[in-house]
Amino acid sequence: MRRYSAFAVAREAARFHSGWERAWRSPQPKKKYDVIIVGAGGHGLATAFYLGKNFGITNVAILEKGWLGGGNTGRNTTIIRSNYLQDPSAALYEKARSLYETLSQDLNYNVMFSPRGVIMLAQTEHEVRGYKRTAHANMLQGVQTEYINAARVKELVPIIDTNGPRYPVLGGLYQARGGTARHDAVAWGYARACSDMGMDIIQQCEVTGVRSSGGKVTGVETSKGAIDCDKLGLVVAGNSGALANMAGFRLPMESVALQALVSEPIKPCMDVVVMANTVHGYMSQSDKGEMVIGGGTDGYNNYTQRGSFHHIEETVRALVETFPMVSRLKMLRQWGGIVDVTGDRSPVIGKTPLGNCFINAGWGTGGFKAIPGGGWATAELIAKGEPGPLSAEFGMERFIEGRFIDESVAAGVAH
Amino acid sequence: MLILECPYCGVKGEETEFHGGGEAHLKRFGPGSSDADFETYLFMRENPKGVHLERWRHVNGCGKWFHVARCTMTLEVFGSYSAQTLEPPKEIKDILSAKRPGWSWRNFS
Repeated sequence: MRRYSAFAVAREAARFHSGWERAWRSPQPKKKYDVIIVGAGGHGLATAFYLGKNFGITNVAILEKGWLGGGNTGRNTTIIRSNYLQDPSAALYEKARSLYETLSQDLNYNVMFSPRGVIMLAQTEHEVRGYKRTAHANMLQGVQTEYINAARVKELVPIIDTNGPRYPVLGGLYQARGGTARHDAVAWGYARACSDMGMDIIQQCEVTGVRSSGGKVTGVETSKGAIDCDKLGLVVAGNSGALANMAGFRLPMESVALQALVSEPIKPCMDVVVMANTVHGYMSQSDKGEMVIGGGTDGYNNYTQRGSFHHIEETVRALVETFPMVSRLKMLRQWGGIVDVTGDRSPVIGKTPLGNCFINAGWGTGGFKAIPGGGWATAELIAKGEPGPLSAEFGMERFIEGRFIDESVAAGVAH
Repeated sequence: MLILECPYCGVKGEETEFHGGGEAHLKRFGPGSSDADFETYLFMRENPKGVHLERWRHVNGCGKWFHVARCTMTLEVFGSYSAQTLEPPKEIKDILSAKRPGWSWRNFS
């Protein structure tokens, strides 16, 4: 793999850009791999990358039914933060956030990580108390956040109306090193690095069955034929239930639609990410100038990657109230993705009832921010066969043990 | 956008008039049950790709709970039926068999 650098750009500029290589190979599947990862989204590719980087396991295939990064990795609103209340969540998301800090250098691929700061608005007395509590918890967890007052919010976000009639802004939870990253680049960067380590990324290869013998996984049936493996990782946000069905077990998850939309590009007006959980809306400005807007999930099971229009209306209504200038914007695009939501709104990373089959799923509305950490933890789980410290609390058994990682206050609305 | 019909008041409306209530025909387990049964009742869901049976409430109408048979792949609504039943009535099963031959949901088919 030729490294990307300022020198490479200059070199290629001098020869009509004829020397750029394909970022990753498109091989045909081999008969057998040590590890097969189902799902070439952010988490799947990150899992493969850290399997190679941290554990030297490179005989790996990553199977993708559509195209690389075309599921929720390419559909989210790219927000990165780690201001979670519960210790296991804070540890996992902060690991991910800290890996994002150097991800461009680690992958030699510009993921455009922009730690521009994330503010979660407190618009009721309950939220004020809740966020103060989270700020204290974060301090103990080593996650740098602070509770800021309304005047400071206004200073950071001049376009905000802090004196709204229904929900005035009372303060906010501010994580200065949160921010955004280019979501496609995260998938592409991991894919390029995986391909460089000799891993096979096989697109348009849908898994149609899971083969097992004696309670252990032996391979998968795919649209490109059967492929054997020693270990299997299911990392298929939105379709986890369908894959689990093939592998013969059930998951404590339901799949629902989550929508987002972007406006026409405008001049820079907001250089932080603002989330308003009471009124169900969040917004940031992309480097192109578009306002990137997200809202809440639909209230019913859905696999269509389309959501209900009235949720878009509710989100826009909330944002117009919080940011009056939004009312003048035209919206360019709107889309939906399917997210797997668990009972406690925390993900599942762990072993499954099928031997040598592991799962990373249930990120609900907030998987993008966790990609490097989720991949790191899942790689450790697959390599060692047992969860490491990051994922120890996130096994499926927590539901039968009543040992929840309850983040339901934070999710279901905004991520 | 879903168009649902309330089987009690007969009113047809789009989904903002109703509120989804999750998976239908759950078997309840309470104190004294095994941990596995309690977990299944509280957290494990069919989450099917295709035919799904679920509960809805006519919140901005007569307020009654009822059941809906729906497809999660196409958002097609097959029909609605009374809440006072432990399984879908024959009419609904016939519609499902006509539109989705070979359908099954939990132990119904």
